[in-house]
Amino acid sequence: MSTHTEHQAPQGREPLDVNDPGLTRFDIVREGARRDDIEIVHYEPQVLPGTKAERRLTRVVAGFFLITGLAATAFLAIYIWWPWQYAPGRGGDKFYTPLLGATLGIALLAVGFGILTWGKKLLPKEVSIQDRHEGAVDADGRTITGQTMLYMADELGVKRRPLLGISLLAGLAPVAAVAAAPLVGGLISQPHKNNQMFTTGFATAEGGQRIRLVREDGRPVRPADISTGGQLTVFPGIEHGVSNRHADSPTLLIHLRDSDAQESRRANERIGHGDFMWGNYAAFSKICTHAGCPASLFEQQTNRLLCPCHQSQFLITDNARPVFGPASRRLPQLPIEVDSEGFFVAKSDYTETIGPDFWERP
Amino acid sequence: MKRRKFDLAATPGKAAVGVDDRFQVATPLRRLLNKVFPDHWSFLLGEIALFSFIVLLLTGVFLTFFYEPAMTEVVYDGSYAPLQGTPMSAAYASSLDLSFDVRGGLVMRQMHHWAALLFMAAIVVHMLRVFFTGAFRKPRETNWIIGSLLFWVGFLAGFTGYSLPDDGLSGTGLRIASAIMLSIPVIGSWLTSSIFGGEFPGTIIISRFFIAHVLLIPGLLLALISAHLGLVFKQKHTQWPGPGRTNGNVVGERMFPRYALKQGGFFMVVFGVIALLGGLFQINPIWLFGPYEAWVVSAASQPDWYVMFLDGSTRLMPAWELNIPIGDGYVIPPLFWPTVVLPGILVGLSTMYPFLEARHLKDRKSHNLLQRPRDVPARTAVGAMAVSFYVVLTLSGGNDVIADKFQISLNAMTWAGRVGLLVVPPLAYYVTYRLCLGLQQHDREVLAHGVETGIIRRLPDGRFVEVHQPLSAANGHADGHGELDYVGWVVPKKMNRLGALGPAVRGFFYPIEKPVEAPVSPGHPPVEPRPERAEIGSGESRH
Repeated sequence: MSTHTEHQAPQGREPLDVNDPGLTRFDIVREGARRDDIEIVHYEPQVLPGTKAERRLTRVVAGFFLITGLAATAFLAIYIWWPWQYAPGRGGDKFYTPLLGATLGIALLAVGFGILTWGKKLLPKEVSIQDRHEGAVDADGRTITGQTMLYMADELGVKRRPLLGISLLAGLAPVAAVAAAPLVGGLISQPHKNNQMFTTGFATAEGGQRIRLVREDGRPVRPADISTGGQLTVFPGIEHGVSNRHADSPTLLIHLRDSDAQESRRANERIGHGDFMWGNYAAFSKICTHAGCPASLFEQQTNRLLCPCHQSQFLITDNARPVFGPASRRLPQLPIEVDSEGFFVAKSDYTETIGPDFWERP
Repeated sequence: MKRRKFDLAATPGKAAVGVDDRFQVATPLRRLLNKVFPDHWSFLLGEIALFSFIVLLLTGVFLTFFYEPAMTEVVYDGSYAPLQGTPMSAAYASSLDLSFDVRGGLVMRQMHHWAALLFMAAIVVHMLRVFFTGAFRKPRETNWIIGSLLFWVGFLAGFTGYSLPDDGLSGTGLRIASAIMLSIPVIGSWLTSSIFGGEFPGTIIISRFFIAHVLLIPGLLLALISAHLGLVFKQKHTQWPGPGRTNGNVVGERMFPRYALKQGGFFMVVFGVIALLGGLFQINPIWLFGPYEAWVVSAASQPDWYVMFLDGSTRLMPAWELNIPIGDGYVIPPLFWPTVVLPGILVGLSTMYPFLEARHLKDRKSHNLLQRPRDVPARTAVGAMAVSFYVVLTLSGGNDVIADKFQISLNAMTWAGRVGLLVVPPLAYYVTYRLCLGLQQHDREVLAHGVETGIIRRLPDGRFVEVHQPLSAANGHADGHGELDYVGWVVPKKMNRLGALGPAVRGFFYPIEKPVEAPVSPGHPPVEPRPERAEIGSGESRH
């Protein structure tokens, strides 16, 4: 080992000659600590060699390690031989995953406690004090480094030759943009392509064909399919209409009771939606105007529609006006009627924007 | 030819010399082995986060071997019968396969999820420890900022990972996330359509989240964690005040072997607890939620716990829509404030706190000694205020479940949250401040008058007084004992902390050593100083 000292020995202490054959190993350890400005001020074995306590602790630690071995073996055995496959009719084995977790957990906990007992109980306790060297600011070092850096700036001579600096900046700025351009350019996507934020699957096709309202399985809906006070989630009857590709199209078709329907119609007329309902049926967008969750909990008695995500409540009989919670805009209403074959169709697309609000919504 | 004798015992020594010849590592290695760490249970909280992160990396790599980050529509034909024949995304189908058709896949998935929850929880608790003890003060402000960033990057890691299975619950979360991005003024719709590659949900978001979750965010976490640990190492750990401890030293144990052993053991314990959780406690049973469909949701859809405060703030926000009547009119929806502005303020306030406090106290000194929370009532009270703010928001994130289980009106829960958010934090400030002052006063009282003994003495005039055990010898004060200075550390307040209780007899079934004679009367506790220690030795030679 080298006898070279990095730090000044504290209080003028002479460094020990570590090659002195008279030194014990601990003397050398303590000398090493001192060279790192660490003083071992207290060092005390917790168990004396050869005592009953030592033998007992050794047995405890060994016991923990053996438990680890057993548990790990059990893990492997279970992993390999325990029936685990999920079979129709029977289901999976409900003990497979818990047994794996339990055996793995026990194995790891036992090895952990074994190591902890070893470290905490069998090893000597010590108190060492290390100097932080924080107060002593190396003022010379600061000066030297600072001057060196300023000298380097002088060597580059940007101050004397400003053209270098300016041209370098002018050269590098486009390079930075080059690095960013593919990322921004590749990712950027025009949000109003095909007017997609303002149309849904109910927009009439090119031939002026009105879109049918269909159920989740694709079958069209007749008025008789919904009992009074009932409701049904409907979708545009187009290709992929019942899928996430038309995530803004799901609509709630509600069959209102007579009195509620009258109230609804009056409310409709107030805002110029006089012909949006068909009979006692009204259709509202299911996509919450707050954060886009499906507002799907309809309370028949109060005619309130509740969104389970943030508890916005909409009063269906008052044009689905938000009456409680964080939503600030009513659910748009889909104008509906029944076609010659007796199925519900949308008269036109929604006249208001579907889903959560955004900056440029008119 | 003469065969050279191979000396097995000398081999490690020779190898070590060979290594040092080439790399000159002996002295740096000695410094590392010797580095002193102070020890206290509260210093181990951050380590739980570190160890959970390692478990996350290990289990996460396993999961990537089976997960398919694609939104291609497939029809499920795996072994989970209730969903057979259901159209779903490839991501969801492969997550189901991970749970049912990969041997041991479910335990790994659940361990990964539990480790993530534990990671975030440990970060928060560690942050509270650092805050309430003043460990963030100069010179450690940088590490405080890195730590706060770790929370938010961990939050992103958690959210992207939670979204990957593309199940009904996480899809709803993703829908809300898209609405949050959409609510940002001016750039909202551009940002959302750029991230989702068109209108929500599009077909690319899962693979983008995947690369963020398995490469970009873990890389960032790894870099931040390395910097965090590197700075702890460089600046040395803070310590509690105590005998021999000053601002200029570190009192503790050298890192090797005992401290390092304890760390290793602790890692195994954390790992073991995560394994038990992953095996025994079901988490995120995605097969019950079904694939994400834009029109399906169920009540009690709560996010992971660390997202709940944002869910709560969203629920409590009143429906205040800001209309800007220029041109066609522009809108700032109410969603913007609790989900974009509030987290922004929280990030700003928490990262700037060390500088705000130092500026307020005009404190430019370096601090390596920790403070007890009671000794800094203003900071502790501010912390309590922040915690209560967070707790009200988190509880409000589950207010529908509370309303349901306790038969309370949902609207009443929302109003309670709105009022609570304004009333509880100032109340918490006041109560905490008074508690701190009370605790301080009691400390001073014990230092001046001694510990309550529980012994009641009757005076000749008939009065009863309690006997106090003074902590210091009399020095001419009128009441017969001297006053000790408070040194910023625990003051003994019970007689058995002074050794008044007889030493415990060790051994479970029979005493393994002869008990020391118990004091004759609890009224006369033995408070002699400990006997002087013998000279420090190696421990091996002492008998």
